Amino acid sequence: MATEHGSETGFETEQEYVETDDGTRRKLAFVDRFPEAARTARICLWIAFASFGVGALFGLIQALHRTNTLRIIPSSDYYTILTGHGVLLALVFTTFGIAGLFHWANTRSLGVSPTNKRLTQGWLWTMTIGTVLAAATILAGLFDWIPASADVLYTFYAPLEAHPLFYIGAALLIVGSWGAGLDWFLQYREWRESNPDSRIPLQSFMVMTTMLMWYLSSLGVAIEVVVFLIPWSLGLISQVDPLLTRTLFWYFGHPVVYFWLLPAYVVWYTVLPKLAGGRLFSDPLARVTFILFLLLSTPVGFHHQYTDPGIASGYKLVAMTNTFFLLLPSLLTLFTVVASMEHGARQQGAGGRLAWLKDLPWERPEFSGIALAGIMFAAGGFSGMINAGMNINYLIHNTIWVPGHFHLTVGTAYALTLMAISYWLVPQLTGKRLQFRGLASIQPFVWFVGMVLMSNAMHRGGLAGIPRRTAEPQYEQVSFDAVVGTVGEMRVQIAIGGTLLFLGAVMFLAVMFGTWALGKPNSQLRVSGSIPEPLSGPEESPQVLDNLKLWTAIAVALVLLAYGIPLYDMVADGLLWPGSLPIPA
Amino acid sequence: MHVHRFEKLWFGASLVLIVAFIGTIIYGAVGPGVAMVDDSGGTVEPSVIADGNYDQVENFREPGVYDTDDGVNVYVVARQYLFQPGSSEPIRVPAGEPVTFHVTTPDVTHGFNLAGTNVNSMVIPGQIAEFTVTFDEPGEHGIVCHEYCGSGHHTMEGQVVVVEQSEFDGGDS
Repeated sequence: MATEHGSETGFETEQEYVETDDGTRRKLAFVDRFPEAARTARICLWIAFASFGVGALFGLIQALHRTNTLRIIPSSDYYTILTGHGVLLALVFTTFGIAGLFHWANTRSLGVSPTNKRLTQGWLWTMTIGTVLAAATILAGLFDWIPASADVLYTFYAPLEAHPLFYIGAALLIVGSWGAGLDWFLQYREWRESNPDSRIPLQSFMVMTTMLMWYLSSLGVAIEVVVFLIPWSLGLISQVDPLLTRTLFWYFGHPVVYFWLLPAYVVWYTVLPKLAGGRLFSDPLARVTFILFLLLSTPVGFHHQYTDPGIASGYKLVAMTNTFFLLLPSLLTLFTVVASMEHGARQQGAGGRLAWLKDLPWERPEFSGIALAGIMFAAGGFSGMINAGMNINYLIHNTIWVPGHFHLTVGTAYALTLMAISYWLVPQLTGKRLQFRGLASIQPFVWFVGMVLMSNAMHRGGLAGIPRRTAEPQYEQVSFDAVVGTVGEMRVQIAIGGTLLFLGAVMFLAVMFGTWALGKPNSQLRVSGSIPEPLSGPEESPQVLDNLKLWTAIAVALVLLAYGIPLYDMVADGLLWPGSLPIPA
Repeated sequence: MHVHRFEKLWFGASLVLIVAFIGTIIYGAVGPGVAMVDDSGGTVEPSVIADGNYDQVENFREPGVYDTDDGVNVYVVARQYLFQPGSSEPIRVPAGEPVTFHVTTPDVTHGFNLAGTNVNSMVIPGQIAEFTVTFDEPGEHGIVCHEYCGSGHHTMEGQVVVVEQSEFDGGDS
């Protein structure tokens, strides 16, 4: 019954110790076993953290600007800052954070080093160059003397036009992530050669299903950018069809949120139970969850276009039905996460119907951060159900409700989980003890409180009709009537919440910087990377769960059903018609 | 494969919830008749709108309010950074009868939202958004452009004024 968590990867083997520099012995950490992979994962995480810092600063500027609390930029520059915030956090912080986490998870669970150094370097450089190009083009928008800008927000709807380097940078980031996926699949192939009959180790299974979903979905934005926007911004084609390019964006734009979320799920399923003192409830249901995400993440994009003209209601209805079924894997996850935590607490001797909750290790930031992220995600899930409903969506579409929602999902479920797991993982990737642990232990709570304040106010503001993506809190001809509370009180909460969130980001970065700068390499670690086996292992589950080709084929078929006819409709009247000339942003 | 009894219960309850959600939407569509913005408005060449050649297209007219045999129709052009009509003068429509809006743009993507209501549509170059609203009571509604459309986006707003049918002057026609 050898599984990924068993002796085959060596983590449980008593003999495998290493001498530390302070003269003690410690169990082999990831960095000792896979120094190259640890280095790659570290680089990914440092780039993620750097973008997070800049993006968070931009977030603070926005929160204070649009609440009219403190204004250090003219309102016309607000959109440059907003573009930077969205791209650096939703595209760069996520993609690099995911790459680092997956590089660790895949290598750890397979017990096999990445197979091709040049491939690894290739994708890392491609993603990095793409990020630098896109970020530099955006920031250039703040300086009038630089003849480039990209004030198009992270959705970059044509015909608002950015400098070609912005699109090229975005394309490189995505293509680089494809290379990272290839790296992980090659590792799996190597593992499979020496383990012909074993079940796919759970973390690797999760990495691969996520990446299959990512290949299928990011194809949409790749076509949008490479086939249409780059030639158009270079003047090689004169016009593009704004509805078609926008539809290609949203073909990618919803699955991308699962690309952000699934790494958090990897952590919630495979590491959180251990941190809570127990073990995962069910390995097979974890697999089912990830398969459902592979199948259903992509054929749902039209739910971002419920209010779009030019798309028949029937297509929107199909997308909505798929969207609601996509609730299923998240609801299953909710069960597993809570059940695993309760099991962990009871293993440690806690009792009572709810009393076990207070016996969880809340003082440990790697646990508290993930648990708080899970709680916020439950709230985000409920507001997401509102978004998903075709008719209620009309009340909140493009209001500040929407960023209120996704600051709970990507902005907390993903972001806070990545921060929390970094407290646990970075020591294993560096061989350094976590520094400023006291600061770290309160950081998740600061983030949580900041997000509660900001997000509840944004949701309520959306119900009053306050739009998202605007530099000004007040309009002359429009009054916003709050359903609950007052608009002024919401503004105060957003300003305070945004400030606390920035503080939380700074605290996190201080801990990471401190660990990097002050931590001694090869020291005794407080954390161990061993992960106990699940209560129900994969052995009894049907073999078909591991048939990735089958699930991919079904996923492709569902996409063709949901998108085939609508895309044909849009293309049939002319690939570039009705078309728009570029309008520089 | 062993699935715990609680997991099975949860799985079942989740499916019931999902089907119930979809049921409410279907009910909304066939019961109260909540309609979606769809492709019924048709397409238009953005340059035709930019040049003001409204007589060249069948599915759009000179911007304004028209009280015709098939109800009140409002033609709106959204452009950087105003609604025409709507921004410099309010759109006046009657209460208690269906008003059909036709909204398009010659330049970039905009939004058309009556703040705090479910009158909410994207305005996309090349497409004409068509949606029908019945205002129950007289009153004023602010129009917000809720999609970023350029550096002056936050100045793009307007107003719809709903008047009693007796005060409605029939618009521009």
